[in-house]
Amino acid sequence: MTESGERGALTEAAYYILLALHTPMHGYGIMQFVRQISHDRVNLGAGTLYGAISTLLDKGWIRPLSRERDSRKKEYVITQTGRQAVIAELNRLQELIDNGKKIIGGAHSENESI
Amino acid sequence: MKTKVYKLFFDYEKEERWLNKMSALGLHCIDFTFGRYLFEEGAPGEYTYRIELLDKMPSHPESRAYIKFLEDAGIECVATHLRWVYFRQKTADGPFEIYSDYNMKIAHYKRICWLIGVFAAVNLLIGSANMIRFVNKGLPVAVSVLNLAVGLIFTYFFALYLLRIRKLKKEKRLHQ
Repeated sequence: MTESGERGALTEAAYYILLALHTPMHGYGIMQFVRQISHDRVNLGAGTLYGAISTLLDKGWIRPLSRERDSRKKEYVITQTGRQAVIAELNRLQELIDNGKKIIGGAHSENESI
Repeated sequence: MKTKVYKLFFDYEKEERWLNKMSALGLHCIDFTFGRYLFEEGAPGEYTYRIELLDKMPSHPESRAYIKFLEDAGIECVATHLRWVYFRQKTADGPFEIYSDYNMKIAHYKRICWLIGVFAAVNLLIGSANMIRFVNKGLPVAVSVLNLAVGLIFTYFFALYLLRIRKLKKEKRLHQ
């Protein structure tokens, strides 16, 4: 973890919430979306989601969308800073995958040749 | 038909399991006030129940915003008792957990630890102080014994939650 904490790994919840909010959504929509794209693997608890949304709002990575007509359920959308955070995370994950494939992939073929 | 059941729990997770067992039998909790549960008959297993200790009283604006957020997500607030809230969700809507991450689970256990720990300490302090005073004066010590007993019971549950925190913290070192 770096000193600023800005370049550390994102939690799975934060990462998926940021992905979800590339389209404006309310809380329940985020839960459904995340469950769907993770094929039922990630089931965000409503309390966890609420906590993550408050933190992301504080950081300015997402913002509430004010709609006059349906202001009952609050909708959120990702901000420019939020997009940058996702891109940074995507690069970090890519590095993990690349290194994993390089080493495990290599060891795997080595074992096979023996 | 409605059924009243009187029962006391010290472990909220045991209480959750009991409420879900009752729900599986077709008895859905619709109200709670200290030790008294009100059940309504319905389809077996229709609801999954979860209990949470909030940071602030349910009437506090922060808690109200939180409860509303959960309600918008299809979670029903069945009852509140002091800082405790009883939630339920239709089982058909999928698995129901309040927290899906270690940090918030640990924070929740810590809130409970504080509540129980302070209660245990106060009872133990009052119990032992009165015990000494009453024994010296030759007065009956029944109430002090009660204080001490309550204090010890709560100390046990305090330790139980501490162990749960330790287990989660260990998990957290490797997983998120």
